[in-house]
Amino acid sequence: MPQMGVSVSEGTITKWLKQPGDAITADEPLLEISTDKVDTEVPSPATGIVQKILTQEGETVEVGTVIALIGPEGAEADAAEPPPEPATARAAEQAEEASSAEGETASAEATEAAPSAPPSGAAAEEAPAAPEPAAPAAPADGTGDKAFVSPVVARIAAEHGVDPAQVPGTGRGGRVTKKDILGFIESGAPAQASPAAEPSAPAAAPPTPAPAAAPAPAAAPRAEPVEGEQLEPMTAMRRGIADHMRRSLDTSAHVTSAIEVDMSQVVAIREKLKKEYQAAYGVNPTYLSFVARAAVETLKDYPWVNGEIRGEQIVTRPFVNLGFAVELADGKGLIVPVLKNAETLNLLGMAKGVADLAQRARDKQLLPDDVQGGTFTITNPGGYGTFHGTPVISQPQSGILGTYAVVKRPWVIQDELGQDVIAIRPIMNLTLTYDHRLVDGAYAGRFLRDLKQRLESWDEAAY
Amino acid sequence: MAVKTYLQAISDGLRQEMQRDRRVYVIGEDVGVYGGAFKVTQGFQEEFGPWRVIDAPLSETAIVGSCTGAAIMGMRPVAEMQFADFVSCAWDQLVTVSAKQFYRAGTPVPIVVRLPSGGGFSGGPFHSQNPESSFAHIPGLKIVCPATPADAKGLIASSIEDANPVLYFEHKHLYRRIKDEVPDERYTVPFGQARIHREGDDITVVTWGAMVYTADEAANALAEEDVSVEVIDLRTIVPWDKEAVLKSVEKTSKVLVLHEDTRTGGFGAEIAATITEESFENLDAPVRRITAPDSPVPFSPPLEKAFIPQVEDVVAGLRDLAGY
Repeated sequence: MPQMGVSVSEGTITKWLKQPGDAITADEPLLEISTDKVDTEVPSPATGIVQKILTQEGETVEVGTVIALIGPEGAEADAAEPPPEPATARAAEQAEEASSAEGETASAEATEAAPSAPPSGAAAEEAPAAPEPAAPAAPADGTGDKAFVSPVVARIAAEHGVDPAQVPGTGRGGRVTKKDILGFIESGAPAQASPAAEPSAPAAAPPTPAPAAAPAPAAAPRAEPVEGEQLEPMTAMRRGIADHMRRSLDTSAHVTSAIEVDMSQVVAIREKLKKEYQAAYGVNPTYLSFVARAAVETLKDYPWVNGEIRGEQIVTRPFVNLGFAVELADGKGLIVPVLKNAETLNLLGMAKGVADLAQRARDKQLLPDDVQGGTFTITNPGGYGTFHGTPVISQPQSGILGTYAVVKRPWVIQDELGQDVIAIRPIMNLTLTYDHRLVDGAYAGRFLRDLKQRLESWDEAAY
Repeated sequence: MAVKTYLQAISDGLRQEMQRDRRVYVIGEDVGVYGGAFKVTQGFQEEFGPWRVIDAPLSETAIVGSCTGAAIMGMRPVAEMQFADFVSCAWDQLVTVSAKQFYRAGTPVPIVVRLPSGGGFSGGPFHSQNPESSFAHIPGLKIVCPATPADAKGLIASSIEDANPVLYFEHKHLYRRIKDEVPDERYTVPFGQARIHREGDDITVVTWGAMVYTADEAANALAEEDVSVEVIDLRTIVPWDKEAVLKSVEKTSKVLVLHEDTRTGGFGAEIAATITEESFENLDAPVRRITAPDSPVPFSPPLEKAFIPQVEDVVAGLRDLAGY
C-alpha cells in the first residue's frame, strides 16, 4: 500500500485492474484505492507478471503492507517477505513534525518530499531494496525534539486518553512538559482519538475515559440495530471527514459573519466574458471564480484570515493556496483540492484552475499533493439555492468563505439624483467563518466589506 | 529553647547522653585535655573525668578497635576521628569487625564514630573529604549527616541509643556558621526520616549536610524566576527516606540530586537509580546530579571553589531542569 500523502496511514482497495497472470508494465494502472485524503489509481511500480493478489477488494490495510506480488515472467510466486518497515511513512511523519515546527518553506519541502518517496514494498522484486527514508533534513536546531514524550507525560496521556501531539509544548525544543499536558486537560480540552494524521489512530481508543475532560466525548454506548436499520462500514474518506470535522470544531473558535453583495457588475461582466472564454479557452467564468479572484486579492490586506495558529506562534504567508470544497459524485464524500499560489492567477487562470481541480476530483485523478497545503478555503453550497451557512474550517487554516445562491431581490439603491429607489438586483450572500482565536470580528467584518466592494465595483482591467 | 551553633548542639547532645548514661564515654585524639580539635568536647574531661574522656594515641585503628571491644562488653563508646579523612585508617576495624559482628556472632556493636567532614577551608586532600558513600556501601553500618543544630543534637542521641555502629558525619562548614533554636531537653530524631527543608512544586532537590544550605540559596534564586523548588534534607543516608523522596518526585517530576562528595559511586547515584527504577513513570526530565568531580580535594582556594558545588552551579542545574 503506497504512501498517498504524508498523513495517510492506510488505504482501502476499491478495485483491482489486473488479475493474477496478467502482464503489466511499469506505471500502468494496477489498482484503485481509497484513502481518507484521496481516491486514486495506483500505477505499477514494476514491469512483469502479476503473480499474486494478497489483499482483496474492500479490505483496508496499513501503508507499507504488501498487497500484491509482481515477478518477472516465469518466476515462482514465493510467499511474501514480511514487509519492510514503512520507512517512507516514518520519514513522512518526521517531515510533518519538522514542518509543523519549521517555517513555511520547510513545510512546502516536506510535503513535496514525502510523496516522491517510492511506494514501499508494493512489489516483491522491489521489496528487498528498502526505500531510502525521504530524510527531510531534520532541522538541526533541535525542533525535532517535540516528538519526545517523557515518561510522566506518556502516563498522563494514556490515563486521560489525550494525544500528546495535540498539546502545545513549552519545554525544550517544543517538548510537551507535565505542566503542559496537565494544563491542557484542566482547560477541558477533550480527550480525542488521534487525528487522521496519526497512524493507528482508529485502533487506539482511549483506554479510560478522561475524568477531567468535562463531558466524556464520543464513547456513546453502541446501540443494537433496530429492525429495518441498515449498517455499512464507514469508508476511509467518511472516517477522515468525521475525524477532521470533529477536530476542527474542537480546535478553532468558529464564528460566522455574513454580508450581502450586489452582483450586478459581476453578472454583466460575466455575460460578456462567457462567450469569449468559452470560444477561446473552453472554460466557463463561474461566479465562484470571480469570488475566488476577489477573495485572493482581499486576503493580501488580511493576512490572518490566510494565516494559521501553530503552537504558540502565528503563521502568515505571502501566498494563497486556495482550497475548494468539492462534492464527489453520488454523495460519496467531500474533497478539498488546493489551487497552489492562487495569488498568481488572473480571472481566466482562476476559472481554469477551479474547473480543472473539480474535474479531476470527480474523476479520481487528484494527486496527494493536490489536496495538501491549503491556506484558505472556499465552499460553495449555493448551487442548491441556500442563502446562508456556517461551514467548518479546514484545519489548520483560519477561515473559510461560503458563497451562496445569487438571488434577484428588491434592493434599495440611489438614482442619479440621490433619491432612494427600489430596484431588482442579483444579490449573493457571502459568509466568512473564521477562527476567533486569531481573527477578531471587526477584522473579519472589514475583510467582508472589502471583498464586497471588489465584487460590486469589479474592475475588469485589474483582474 | 536557646539559639545554638551546630557545634554547640553536638556538644550539648553528647554531654546530655554522658550525663544520662554512665556507659557512654568519648575517645579520640586530643579530645580530653585540649577539648578536641574543634572544641566539641571542651570541658568534658573536667566534668566527666579522664576515664570517660580519653585522649587516644594517633591510631584510628586502636580507637575504633577498642571501642568495638568495649561495645561488645556493654559500653556505649563515642569515638572522634579528628578529621573524617582519617577514618580510612580504621576501615578494617569498622568494615571487617564492627559492621559484621552482629551478623556473624549475634553480639551488637553500639558504637558511634564522629567524623568532622567536608571542605571549604583550603584543607586540601586530607582534611576536606566526605567519605559517607564509601561506608554506605557496607551493610551493617548506619550513616548520619545532620544539617541543622536541632538535628545535630537529636541525631547524636539517636546514634548513641542505636544498637548498631553509627557513623556520624558532622560538617565542619556548619560548625559555627549555622545557628538555630535547639530544645534544652533531651530528644531523639529518628533515622530514615527526611526533613522537607522547603516545600516546592516544580523541582525536587535531594541533598544532605552542608549542601542543604547551598540548595536553599539556589532555590531562592529560582523562586525569583517563578520556579518553585522543594529541598529535601535526607538527615540519614543509611537508612534513607525513600518514601519521602518518591513522594516528592510524584509531585514535581523533576529531580536534582546534590552532594559534596565526588561523583562516581556517590550516594546520589543510588538515589537517582532508585528514582528511575521505582518512579520512572513520574519523571518529566532525566534525574540530574550535581556533585564534586572525581578528583582529590584541591588546596588552592579557587580550585576548591571549582571543586565543591557552589550556589551558582546548583542554580544553573535547576534552570536547566526547569527549562527542560
